Amino acid sequence: MNAQRSPLIVRLLKGFGMFWWDFLVGDTPELFVAVLGIVSVVALLRLVWQVNTAAVVALPVLAIAALGVSVRRAKRAARR
Amino acid sequence: MVLASAIPSGVIVLIGAVFLACAVEMVEALTIVLAVGHTRGWRSAFEGSGVALLALAALVAVFGPALIHVPLAVLRLIVGSVLLIFGMQWLRKAILRSSGLKAKHDEDAIYLETVAEMSAVSASPDRDRVAFTMAFKGVFLEGLEVVITVLTLGTSAHRLGLAAITAAIAVVLVGIVGVVVAKQLSSVPENAMKMSVGILLVSYGTFWVGEGLKVRWPGNDAALVLFVVLYALVTWFYVVMIRPSSLTIENGMRA
Repeated sequence: MNAQRSPLIVRLLKGFGMFWWDFLVGDTPELFVAVLGIVSVVALLRLVWQVNTAAVVALPVLAIAALGVSVRRAKRAARR
Repeated sequence: MVLASAIPSGVIVLIGAVFLACAVEMVEALTIVLAVGHTRGWRSAFEGSGVALLALAALVAVFGPALIHVPLAVLRLIVGSVLLIFGMQWLRKAILRSSGLKAKHDEDAIYLETVAEMSAVSASPDRDRVAFTMAFKGVFLEGLEVVITVLTLGTSAHRLGLAAITAAIAVVLVGIVGVVVAKQLSSVPENAMKMSVGILLVSYGTFWVGEGLKVRWPGNDAALVLFVVLYALVTWFYVVMIRPSSLTIENGMRA
């Protein structure tokens, strides 16, 4: 018996959602979460507390830290 | 020298990022198309690639003009965030490959894998749907990344035309080189290119997230160049830091 296929629009939307999920989250959810965190911290610094220098420093420093954590996580996983 | 100093640093970084990103994706797409063409015939390979290119052109035609109407600060914040995520993913992969913790992207292996997959399925006498689908998927999926790179970088920098022309040059150049060298795409230094793209995308991502959140960068556009240098140094540092030492390798071999 053939399983019923979902309508084309549902399949297209599902495919679209899957593509973006894979593109942005994929096997590195920590980077996705880190960028959300970085944007929130810099938004707080710049738009709420109105400090520019701290935002200038925080943005690249947090990005570097996030990359380091992700690389370290991958190294641990490779050791197992 | 005079020409280089006359071009804003942001434009040079934009051209570099788009060119390298498109070249890398084109190498990957071309590997699949060549494998399909050699095993199942060129007609289906070209048809699949052609339909994929048309679908990509339709996507650009629909989403390109729409993006221009989004307020610039919002666009830069969203694009910057996407580029930060995407760039860090590329950079992470390139760091792991350079340090030997992850196998390098091997075009020869992918070519052979695709050939084996194609050879296992018998061809239909009238229309080779398997070959068509394989070529379509290869070009469409890799091309989609090119489209996203060009649209996001181009619209945020207000230089969509320049980004599109750069992408077209990269695609044509890699296409010509690919046809000339045929199956030797593995000789392309893909990991080094991916690492450079990762550095450029993270630099742009940082810059535009800041611009979107009204951060005033010291030196304005020149901050981009500073980010490129900073992230290049950090990348080198991470590669050295996580590379298994020769002592560890020796111990591992003895165990």
